Amino acid sequence: MIKKFIGKRVMRNEDPRLLTGQAQFVDDVEIPGMLHAAFLRSDYAHARLLSIDVSAARQHPGVVAVFTAEDMGDDWFPGPPLVSPPPTAKDVTFHSRRQVPLVKDKVRHAGEAIAVVIAESRYIAEDAVEDILVEFEPLEAVVDLEKALEVNSVLVHDDLESNLAAQMFQQKGDYEAARQQADLVIQRRIVIERGAAAAMENRGIVAHWDAKSQHLTIWDTTQAPIPIRNGTAARLGLSEHQVRVIAPFIGGGFGPKIMMFYAEELVIPWAAKKLNRPVKWIEDRRENFYATTQERGQVHDVEIALSRDGHILGLKDNFLHDTGAYDPYGLTIPLNTQSHDMGGYDIKNYSSEFKVVFTNKTIVTPVRGAGRPQGIFVIERMMDAAAKELGMDAVEIRKRNLIPPEAFPYEHKIIDQAFAPLIFDSGNYKAVVDKALDMIGYDKFVKEEQPHLRVDGKYVGIAIAPFVETTGVGPYEGARVTVEASGKINVATGIGTQGQGHFTSFAQIVAEQLGVEVNDVRIVTGDTTEFHWGTGTFASRGAVVAGNAVHAASSIVRKKILKLASKVLEAPEDELELEDGQVRVADIPQKSVSLGELAVLANPLRGAVEPGTEPGLESTAYFGPQYGATAFGTHAMILEVDPETMMIKIRRYVTVEDCGTVLNPLILEGQIHGGVSMGLGNAYYEKLHFDENGQLLNASFADYLVVSATEMPRIEVGHLETRSTLNELGAKGVGEAGAIPVPALFAQALENAFHDRKLEILEMPLSPNRLFELLNEEKSR
Amino acid sequence: METTLQNVFDLAVTVNGTRYEQAVEPRILLSDFLRHDLGLTGTHVGCEHGVCGACTVLLDGEPVRSCLMFAVQAHGREVTTVEGLGTIDHLHPIQEAFQEAHGLQCGFCTPGILTTVKVFLEQNPNPSEEEIREALSGNLCRCTGYQHIVDAVQLAAEKMRK
Repeated sequence: MIKKFIGKRVMRNEDPRLLTGQAQFVDDVEIPGMLHAAFLRSDYAHARLLSIDVSAARQHPGVVAVFTAEDMGDDWFPGPPLVSPPPTAKDVTFHSRRQVPLVKDKVRHAGEAIAVVIAESRYIAEDAVEDILVEFEPLEAVVDLEKALEVNSVLVHDDLESNLAAQMFQQKGDYEAARQQADLVIQRRIVIERGAAAAMENRGIVAHWDAKSQHLTIWDTTQAPIPIRNGTAARLGLSEHQVRVIAPFIGGGFGPKIMMFYAEELVIPWAAKKLNRPVKWIEDRRENFYATTQERGQVHDVEIALSRDGHILGLKDNFLHDTGAYDPYGLTIPLNTQSHDMGGYDIKNYSSEFKVVFTNKTIVTPVRGAGRPQGIFVIERMMDAAAKELGMDAVEIRKRNLIPPEAFPYEHKIIDQAFAPLIFDSGNYKAVVDKALDMIGYDKFVKEEQPHLRVDGKYVGIAIAPFVETTGVGPYEGARVTVEASGKINVATGIGTQGQGHFTSFAQIVAEQLGVEVNDVRIVTGDTTEFHWGTGTFASRGAVVAGNAVHAASSIVRKKILKLASKVLEAPEDELELEDGQVRVADIPQKSVSLGELAVLANPLRGAVEPGTEPGLESTAYFGPQYGATAFGTHAMILEVDPETMMIKIRRYVTVEDCGTVLNPLILEGQIHGGVSMGLGNAYYEKLHFDENGQLLNASFADYLVVSATEMPRIEVGHLETRSTLNELGAKGVGEAGAIPVPALFAQALENAFHDRKLEILEMPLSPNRLFELLNEEKSR
Repeated sequence: METTLQNVFDLAVTVNGTRYEQAVEPRILLSDFLRHDLGLTGTHVGCEHGVCGACTVLLDGEPVRSCLMFAVQAHGREVTTVEGLGTIDHLHPIQEAFQEAHGLQCGFCTPGILTTVKVFLEQNPNPSEEEIREALSGNLCRCTGYQHIVDAVQLAAEKMRK
C-alpha cells in the first residue's frame, strides 16, 4: 500500500521548534561584538533638509558611528527598481523614483530615515538619536490623490512636471459601443483607503562582514532572500558568492517584506562592512507604521452598462492609485486591480485607465490582496447597485453573468501584473457559488428567518460575493531534492517562508513521490547558500510555483532511485515499489534495499563509474508557468448590526474555495481564516488615518485596530476542486484569497441589513463611527 | 558595554526554575533582559506598547507583558517563559494541542498565547468558546484568524482534564 500524503491533513513539521521558543527569528541572532542601530526619522511628511549636526551624537558614550547621506559618499544611491513597467504594453507613462538609503535633500514622507546611529546597545543608539540636530524647511504636504494632480499642486519630486507617477490604459472590446446598446448605465465614485499589513514581527536585519574570509552574512526578515543577496552584492561590489542572505523563521510577511530594498537594507550591510563589526537593526512598531510599506488607497470612477435582463454589456473604470513617496514596485497593484475589475464575470467590453500618484505618504507596495480587493470591491458594488436599479435578486444577477464552465480557458485580452495575457485557465464558478449558497442556507434565511428577525427589530443582512484570484505567477522557482546517506531527504528551494507551512506541504509532495514519511523530509527555505536561484514568496505563488519545482525534482530523483535499485535488486523497474524508505520488489517484499544504501551506492568513493554518471540521488528542477493559475471562490455572511452602537455580530461566515489540488487542507483552511481576518479589518476596523499634513494619526496598535479573537466569527470552509491545467500538481494559489472579497461582502451585508434605508456603501474601510455618519447622512437627505 | 553601565542594580530572579544573579541597568526592559541577557529568545516583542501580547510571560504565575516591565521589577520573583513549558521532545499538552489543531502559522505570537492559555486553563479547565475568545482577546495574531487557536485551546483543555 503506497502512502498518499497530498491532500491529507498532515501536522506541521516546523511546529515543535516554534512552540518551544527554539525557532530562530532575525532578532534572535546574537554575534559577539555586535552593534545596534537606531534611525533618526523625519517628523515632517514633506520638508527640505537644510542641515544636520551629528557632532553631539558622535560624542555620546557608547556610540560607535553616526552616518548621514553625506557620509555614504559614492555609496549613496537610490534602491533598484523592483518591478519595471510592462515592456509589452503600449502608451505607458512611468516615472521611476526610488527610495534612498538616507535622505539627502528633501524628506518625502513622515518616517523617512535621515541618519543612523550605531552604538553598543539599542538603548544607547536611541538616546543618541535624540542628540542629532536637524534644520528643516517644512513644505506643504501632498496627501489627497485628486489635489495632487491639480496643476498648482506642490510636487513630491521637484524634477517632474506633476505628481503623476504612471499612467496606463487597457481595453477589451468596445465599451462606448456597448454603452450605446445598454438599457441601464450606472456611474459611481468609490474610495478605498490605506491599511497596514501589521505582521506581528516587525522588520529586522543583522549584517556580519567577516573581513578575513571576505564574506558578508545577512539575516533579513525578507520574503525574497535571493534578490536581496544579488542586489546587495552588486551595491557593495562583491561577488554573489561572497554574500549569504538568510531569511530564517519570519513572523508574518503579507507583502511588505518583499519590498526591495528598504532604506535599512541599503544602510545596515553597508555600515557593517564599513565598521567591520556586526550590526543589528530591529524595527519597532511605531517605525513599522511609518517606514514599512502599506496599500489600498485608490479612487475609482466607475461606469457599468447593462441590459434590462441584468446582463453586463460593459464596464469602464478609471482610477487613481496612491503609490506614496516613491514607486519601486512599478505597476503591479493597479494592474492587479484591472485584472480583478471584471471579477469572475463574462464581460466582453472593458475600458480602464489608471493614474498612479505620488504623495507625501509611506511607500505603497502589495499587501495581501495587492490591488485585487479593490477590483472586486468595485465590481461587486456595481453589481449590487445594478440589482437594486433593475429590481433583481442579488444572487440572480451574479449567476447570470458568471463565466460558464465551457468558456475556459477564458481570455480577457488585457495583461496582468506579470505582463502576461490575463487568462483564467479553468474553473466551475457557478458550482462554487451554489455551494456557498447551500452552505449558508441562503434561500431559507431570506424567505423564512430574515422576515421574523426584522419583525423583532433586528438589523440582519445576508450577502454573497464571488471573486477570482490570479495566483502562481512566474517567472520561476527551483528546488533541489537529495537523498542523503541516512535515508532522509533534503530539499532546498529559493523562496522564503513566513508561516505558510512550506516545511510540511513541500515535504508531503516529496514523501508521496519517494515513499518516505513527511518528517523524514527536511525542507530548507530562505538561505541563499542552499539554493542559488529564485525570486521570492509573493502573489500566492509558493505552493504553485515552488511546489511544482519540488514535484518535478522529486519525480526525477524517483526515477534515479528506481534505475539504481533495479540494478541492485536485479528486478525490472516496473516491479519495484517505494515504501517506508525502502525500495522493494513488489512480489518479494524481503528483497529490498533502503534509500540510504542506494544513496551511498550512487556516490562511490573508489572505483570507476560509467561515463556521464552524475553522483548521488539528487536532482535540481525548475518550474515556470506560462501564465498564472486563477483560483475562484465565494464568501457568504449573515451580519447583525446594533443600530444604536453600530457594533456588529457576524452570525455566519461561509467560504467556498476552488484552488485546484489541495496539498494540505489544514494549512489551506488556516490561510483562509487568516485572510478573512485581515479582510474584515480592511472592511470595518483598520484604516490608516493621515491628516492634511501627511501625519499618520493612529500609528500604534492601541489606535490602529487589528482584529482580535472576539471580533472574528467561526468560519465554515468548503472546497471544490478544478485542477489547474497549467502545472502537474493541478494547484492554484490561495494565500491572499481569504482577504479579497471581504470588504465587498461586508458592504452588501450592511446594505441588506439596513434594507429599509437608502444606505449605499461606496467606501472602505468603514468603522462604527463612519457607519453612524452614513446612516445620519441618509436620514437628513 | 562596561563603559556605559552607570547605575546598575544587582538583580536576582528565577526564570523557568533557574536562579540568575546579574547586574542590570534599571531601565532594561524585562523582555530585553530575558531575550538578550539570558538568551531566552522564545519570548517575542511585537509592539513594545503592551497591546499585541506576544511578549507575555508569567510573573509568579500571573501573565504580564514583559515589554511593559523593567527587569528590576522582577527582582526576587519567579518568571516563566515559553521555554519553561515543554521541550521539543516532550511538548506540554497545550503545545501538543496547538500542533494538532494547527493553532499557529508564523509562530511569532505563539509564545505569548501559550503562556496566556496556560494560566487561563488552570483557572478555567472547561471553558466555552466565548470564554476562550475573551481570554485570547489580549493577544493579536495576524496569520490564523484565531479559529484554529480556539480549537487548540479546546483540545488542550480536553487533554489537561484527562
